[in-house]
Amino acid sequence: MLTTIYACLFYGATAIFLAGMVLRITRFARTPAPLKIPTMPAPTTKSGVAYRLLREVTVFESLFRANKWIWAFGWIFHVALAVVLIRHLRYFVQPVPSLLALMQPLGVLAGFAMVAGLAGLWGRRLIVPRIRYITGPSDHLMLALLVAIGCSGLLMKFVAHTDIVAVKTFFLGLMRFDIQPLPSDPILLVHLGLVATLMIVFPFSKLVHAAGVFFSPSRNQVDDSRERRHLAPWAAKLEADRAR
Amino acid sequence: MDAIVPGSDADRLDPLEIPTLCPGAMAASQPWGASPDHQKALGFPGELVDDWQNVAIAKMGELLEKNRALRVYLDSCVKCGACTDKCHYFLGTGDPKNMPVARQDLLRKVYRRYFTFTGKYFPGLVGAEELTKEVIDDWYSYFHQCSQCRRCSVFCPYGIDTAEISMAGREILDAIGKGQKYCNEIIGKVHTIGNNLGLNKNALRSTLEGLEEDIEDDIGVPVKLPLDVKGADILLVTPSADFFAEPHVDGLIGYAKVFHAAGASWTISSYASEAANFGMFIGSYEQMRLISLRIREAALDLGVKRIVFGECGHAWRVAYSFLNTLAGPFDFLDQRYPIPQHICEYTWDLIQKGALEFDKSKNDHIRLTYHDSCNVARATRMGDQPGGQFEIPRAILKTVCNHYFDMAQDTIRDQTFCCGGGGGLLTDELMDIRKKGASPRMKALKTVAEDHGVTHMAAICAICKTQFAKVMPDWGFERDSILSVHQLVSNAIILQKPKQENDDDR
Repeated sequence: MLTTIYACLFYGATAIFLAGMVLRITRFARTPAPLKIPTMPAPTTKSGVAYRLLREVTVFESLFRANKWIWAFGWIFHVALAVVLIRHLRYFVQPVPSLLALMQPLGVLAGFAMVAGLAGLWGRRLIVPRIRYITGPSDHLMLALLVAIGCSGLLMKFVAHTDIVAVKTFFLGLMRFDIQPLPSDPILLVHLGLVATLMIVFPFSKLVHAAGVFFSPSRNQVDDSRERRHLAPWAAKLEADRAR
Repeated sequence: MDAIVPGSDADRLDPLEIPTLCPGAMAASQPWGASPDHQKALGFPGELVDDWQNVAIAKMGELLEKNRALRVYLDSCVKCGACTDKCHYFLGTGDPKNMPVARQDLLRKVYRRYFTFTGKYFPGLVGAEELTKEVIDDWYSYFHQCSQCRRCSVFCPYGIDTAEISMAGREILDAIGKGQKYCNEIIGKVHTIGNNLGLNKNALRSTLEGLEEDIEDDIGVPVKLPLDVKGADILLVTPSADFFAEPHVDGLIGYAKVFHAAGASWTISSYASEAANFGMFIGSYEQMRLISLRIREAALDLGVKRIVFGECGHAWRVAYSFLNTLAGPFDFLDQRYPIPQHICEYTWDLIQKGALEFDKSKNDHIRLTYHDSCNVARATRMGDQPGGQFEIPRAILKTVCNHYFDMAQDTIRDQTFCCGGGGGLLTDELMDIRKKGASPRMKALKTVAEDHGVTHMAAICAICKTQFAKVMPDWGFERDSILSVHQLVSNAIILQKPKQENDDDR
């Protein structure tokens, strides 16, 4: 029964996550940007823009210039999250590549770093008046969700172990549409339930910033407005009545 | 993060000092509303329409379909707080709704309520709100406390540009009949007369002739300011403030002297006698396009080969970034030159070629700094290299002036502070917010004045010049301490006097 519920939950969450993100991204992609508005100075070539975006998503360049505290906590959280996600790949592949096996201790360390980064971000929301002013219930909930996912994961690693082999069998089974029993440890169920919740919430929340950053005209446009005429389809229609 | 206690620290002013939050401090700051006539002239409803709520939401929906920036920016903010201490109006007022993210949220909360799943079903959770009269009132106040300077977008990890939000907000306000008098009246004048001032062809001609006489009296060289000359090579499009305001007009005289020294064939157009384009301030692509098309028309009618823009910040944004889109393609112009070109690019080219001669000592009474105008700095470029918009004006200034000093690094270049009067706020009823918004720049100026004895500040924006002339006296500077870049060029440039028959040969 429990196994069936969680199997359905993960199929559903994956479907919602993928469909939601595809919908969001197509919407971003289909909406035209009528004017050239890169924040200057901007790269004058496409490869330059790719490098600018790469810097934004790997080292958070703009945020670094803005505020070292937010940058430090935010960057630690994101990098740690990435490492944790990579570490978790071991539960989805068989056999486990040796590199993935080797980085497992690093992944555990990243688990702590992730929670620490989140705690720092949350602390700022509570302590700094400016940031408290702009913080709403959903901002706290999102942090709570992520912290709870991190903590429940760490609990399983260090306090209340679960039958990780069975968990892996469950997920390998899910991927082959062959449902295998899931252990019923409460912490595992909480951890997985929260992860599924995060996947469901993702496309409908501010978490779409993950896709948004690539579509931001102030960051993804090339500075070439004098050399190349940029014209949105709806704006081109205005030109029909132009005398000359 | 902490509020300063007056007198506690040394007397040094910190332009980046963060104020304590004063909620509602600027809620009452609103510009005057546009009259029904001014509204209708631009195709907007004369007064607040009956079903304003539906009209506003429909307009928002239309803008979301037409402008990717708006959609991405409304969806992507994570409320990280990076922008919260970046706006000069927040730094100057402490009003939390002047923090960029909070300003955006005024629009975002309504967007969420009407256009997103979470906002429709869990409004309380995500801060979604109905569009009410109070919200409209807040929009009118706070979207007119944004000078669209883009400083926030430099620091946002997603590049969210509050200018795009305030432009959309003003567009929606126009659509329901709640326009701003200052911008809309001026745009009307451009459509009917050709410039913001409403200066007609005859008045313009006599102004330019007057300037020619002044120059000749002053330096004995017959420098011309040609108007509507068909077949001229260069069309100069400059803000109409250059025709009469101080120190703007001294800049115009500077351009004329540079053209004269280069032996260029150039002209001003009475039909497109305005570089400014307030269509940008009200967020209207259509208005911006109509104003831009006047320049295309003028260039075609006069048969010019090149277009050069005078010193004006947002005008250079529209020119550099938008003109090709709005009024291009300019395949009828000489493709060997940038289209359009900034007067600073033009002058710097000549300097590099050694075509201009200067006596730098003519500016020795001036210890100078330079104010990067926000639109030039963060929305345009000059020259071939990114950042040329910072280097070229400075290079010109250092060529014509012996004593040059930059202000603090975190207040110049792409981190420059707005003068406080940009984005359609340069109107008397907004003087309070204008003065408060100018304070970060003024503090930085005060510091460089104390450290290096700086006496004057140069700028290449008509709005900056007018605003600073108004604000600087409050900070202990003379109102003529703000200078045009080409005014300094004008002071130092050496022009050959024409040979006259009875010229005594000393």
